[in-house]
Amino acid sequence: MRESQLVVVGNGMVGQRFVDALRARDSDGRWRVTVLGEEPQPAYDRVRLSALFDGVGAAELNLHTPDPRVQLRLGVPVTGIDRNRRIVTTATDEYPYDALVLATGSSPFVPPIDGVDLPGVFTYRTLDDLAAIRTHARGRRRGAVIGGGLLGLEAANALRLLGLATSVVEFAPRLMPVQVDAAGGALLRRYVEDLGVACHLGVATSALRPGPDGSVAQLELADGGRVAADLVVVAAGIRPRDELARATDLPLGHRGGVLVDRTCRSADERIWAVGECAAVDGTCHGLVAPGYAMAETVADRLVGGTATVPDADTATKLKLLGVDVASFGDAHSTTPGSLDVTFTDPATRVYAKLVLSDDAQTLLGGVLVGDAEAYPTLRASIGQALPAAPLALLAPAGAGTGAAALPASTQVCSCNGVTRADLDAAIAGGAADVPTLKACTRAGTSCGSCVPMLRQLLDAAGVGQPRGLCEHFEVSRQELFDLIRVRGIRTFSNLITEYGRGDGCDICKPVVASILASLGAGHLLDDERASLQDTNDHFLANLQRDGSYSVVPRIPGGEITPEKLIVLGEVARDFALYTKITGGQRIDLLGARVEQLPQIWRRLVNAGFESGHAYGKALRTVKSCVGSTWCRYGVQDSVGLAIALELRYRGLRAPHKIKAAVSGCARECAEARGKDFGIIATEAGWNLYVGGNGGFRPRHADLIATDLNTAALVRLIDRFLMYYIRTADRLQRTAAWIEAMDGGLEHLSAVIVDDSLGLCAELDAAMARHVGSYSDEWRDVLEDPARLGRFTSFVNAPEVPDPSIRFTEERGQQVPARAEDIENRQPVGLGMPQVPR
Amino acid sequence: MIDDRPEWTVICPLTRLDPGRGVAALVDGAQVALFRTAADLFAIDNRDPVTDTYVLSRGIVGSRGGVPIVASPLHKQAYDLRTGDCLDLPGVAVRRHEVRCRAGLVEVRLRAEA
Ligand SMILES: Cc1cc2nc3c(=O)[nH]c(=O)nc-3n(C[C@H](O)[C@H](O)[C@H](O)COP(=O)(O)OP(=O)(O)OC[C@H]3O[C@@H](n4cnc5c(N)ncnc54)[C@H](O)[C@@H]3O)c2cc1C
Ligand code: SF4
Ligand code: FES
Repeated sequence: MRESQLVVVGNGMVGQRFVDALRARDSDGRWRVTVLGEEPQPAYDRVRLSALFDGVGAAELNLHTPDPRVQLRLGVPVTGIDRNRRIVTTATDEYPYDALVLATGSSPFVPPIDGVDLPGVFTYRTLDDLAAIRTHARGRRRGAVIGGGLLGLEAANALRLLGLATSVVEFAPRLMPVQVDAAGGALLRRYVEDLGVACHLGVATSALRPGPDGSVAQLELADGGRVAADLVVVAAGIRPRDELARATDLPLGHRGGVLVDRTCRSADERIWAVGECAAVDGTCHGLVAPGYAMAETVADRLVGGTATVPDADTATKLKLLGVDVASFGDAHSTTPGSLDVTFTDPATRVYAKLVLSDDAQTLLGGVLVGDAEAYPTLRASIGQALPAAPLALLAPAGAGTGAAALPASTQVCSCNGVTRADLDAAIAGGAADVPTLKACTRAGTSCGSCVPMLRQLLDAAGVGQPRGLCEHFEVSRQELFDLIRVRGIRTFSNLITEYGRGDGCDICKPVVASILASLGAGHLLDDERASLQDTNDHFLANLQRDGSYSVVPRIPGGEITPEKLIVLGEVARDFALYTKITGGQRIDLLGARVEQLPQIWRRLVNAGFESGHAYGKALRTVKSCVGSTWCRYGVQDSVGLAIALELRYRGLRAPHKIKAAVSGCARECAEARGKDFGIIATEAGWNLYVGGNGGFRPRHADLIATDLNTAALVRLIDRFLMYYIRTADRLQRTAAWIEAMDGGLEHLSAVIVDDSLGLCAELDAAMARHVGSYSDEWRDVLEDPARLGRFTSFVNAPEVPDPSIRFTEERGQQVPARAEDIENRQPVGLGMPQVPR
Repeated sequence: MIDDRPEWTVICPLTRLDPGRGVAALVDGAQVALFRTAADLFAIDNRDPVTDTYVLSRGIVGSRGGVPIVASPLHKQAYDLRTGDCLDLPGVAVRRHEVRCRAGLVEVRLRAEA
């Protein structure tokens, strides 16, 4: 078959989706695709752009997967279209096309206000915009946003996260005027003001004035008011980027945008437009879901299909931390004869409105402020019979009747046009968890608001994630934890007889050992517990690849006296241990045989060291920078806090290892955001971040609370850790735990900050028990002959060292000998280059 | 008939073994991993054939589908304690040895064959 040339202008969200959709459909390679993008980065998730200020790295927003069949040119704006010759031009090249798809998106609308071009005034659309905002915000104190719509509020929150005192100026009399009615807007304003954002509503900005340094310093309002701001974001709306079409005389919509029909084809049959730049039947859409529908339509048409775009879904949900706002369908009751059902609860600050058809049978739209839990179900029910009585849907407690009640034709994921029937089919075809369901249907991969429904559908189909731990227990780790805690079970044998079957295995035994340890059931090596531990916990040391073990004493906060350092050196020298500094600011001594461990530890304990729990799924270290004690930038004593925290949580056993760090100022030298919990000092106290990790899938921790005093900080960490220990899965780090949680970080914050589950008293008490009952595991071993008796290589020859552990020398230290070294017994020249003389 | 198999070697009192846990023993210069389960005693080579380290005695003991197993502490492959066969890697096995309890003492006799 002849290959045709397809050129795509714009590599944004919709352009990328279009290319993916075409590649998926064009199985016989009819189209050769060239994508020309103006931004220097490949397509990224613009919808989640603000997450950049919440600790997400730009790489996580990436939407583009390289495809050898697609030629991608970035940083190359298209400058013109020659429709007669069928070529598009850039500054340097020409690209011929058989079909041309415009996916150029929108540009921010910047009203012609005096001073709007001053330094310090930004738009909020691209990665580059956000980078510039971040740079300018450094050292500045006050920010303002012009525009109180969806985007403006998102930008306001971003400025807040950057530490600026923030104001919003909106011309309309309420916030989010497009989505929310007057009553909802009034409540929204209270929420936003509670976040510390000042609102100036019903007033226009008339000018921006510079300060002495030439960059913006003040907003002048039309009512004579003044707002001080040394950083301004303009979020006053968007305009479709239709300049290429305009220059080549393609018809436009009456309010701009490339005019296309329901197939997304323009007046020129070879030219199509998708996304925000397209005016479908004359109307542009500023949301991603309608754009995706257009992308799928054109992809289908280009391989001979007959798709047309459905009516656009304009539902929106505000992603501001702590404020739930959603609007969907006919939120303003514009349908003739429509009826409103409203619900207001000033006490819980919830406002909700449903718009119903004149016979009160069909849901047309609605607004939710303060509690948007019902949003996914309601949004999916638009145009259908109500899934339950209106008040049952709206009252916060009864919110959401669940996806299982929806008819098969309902679009569960509106962003990607996935229906209940599609999902049921995928589940029947073997998709058994949310990630698989996402991968094979695309549902949940955009705004994510439908993910709870995906879970409900899995549950309803009875495949809801196999939660059993292993063949011996059908319950999850969390359920096991609750059973053991509530029933007061203290031995594995009782547990497995009553709630499991068989003899246990290397999965369930360490889990139960860890739960018993978290609940303070006694020393690891006593009674039956000894047989549950994996070898690391059994020898209180880390097994290495050659069968030897490593020793890592605790060095709280990484602070150590010269005397102690000398002891470490002497012990390492006397036992010929390989010595290395760890990433957690302590010292690893490697190459100890089992029978040497007690001798080594006797010397360490005598010198005042204690177990570092490097061998356990437990708190590892709380790393710190030198902080205000030494550093000229430090604003708090990071070392002091790190030591206090490490001593508080030492020995705390958990589903996985826990790492932490404290930085003395925003420069973040301790890399706290790469930790399960990280603390960064502020002028006023401490900011707490949770859910970070390094390793295979690095992730930055998310900010959960700001400017805490030390007592409040410790209380929050106590709860965070205890809630994690109680509810996480086996071997689940905090990042994955939060990700898997229904409601994610917001839910976590509700539980540990606002005590939404009424759990906090229990969590606090559990941590108090841990702190009160801590004792050093190694000291306890040395004081008990029965425990010490386990530390032999051979039960029938306690004095014989394990002959299989052999060393060779590398850079002046002992390292495990490799098989070749042992056989040849040759001195080793380890890859040192031969220098010819 | 002449029994040319090696002698039984006394290892330790049975009480020295915890149910559900292993220990290593030296028998005629060979490293043997000894396990006690609720009802039985087992002996196999201590050498983990996958990593060439002598660590199997330090693995967690349990069962898989009713088969008594030990999981290598290094990379978690499971070995059938009765036969020495690796349940995760076809064709991999460790030697098993004879073990018995006489008058409260655990005794082991090496086997030559794989
Ligand atoms: C901060 C923010 C939050 C948002 N939140 C939401 C939300 O919660 N829900 C929602 O549905 N939508 C949201 N949106 C809107 C959503 O991001 C857009 O609807 C979506 O990105 C539109 O995709 P697009 O491909 O049409 O345009 P874009 O993603 O803007 O991509 C267009 C691309 O084309 C490039 N381009 C333009 N002209 C040329 C040219 N001449 N040559 C080469 N390349 C060119 C542009 O540089 C750009 O990279 C948000 C937008 C922002 C900025
Ligand atoms: S984080 Fe701040 S206080 Fe700590 S060392 Fe770095 S600059 Fe100094
Ligand atoms: S509804 Fe947005 S991802 Fe499914």
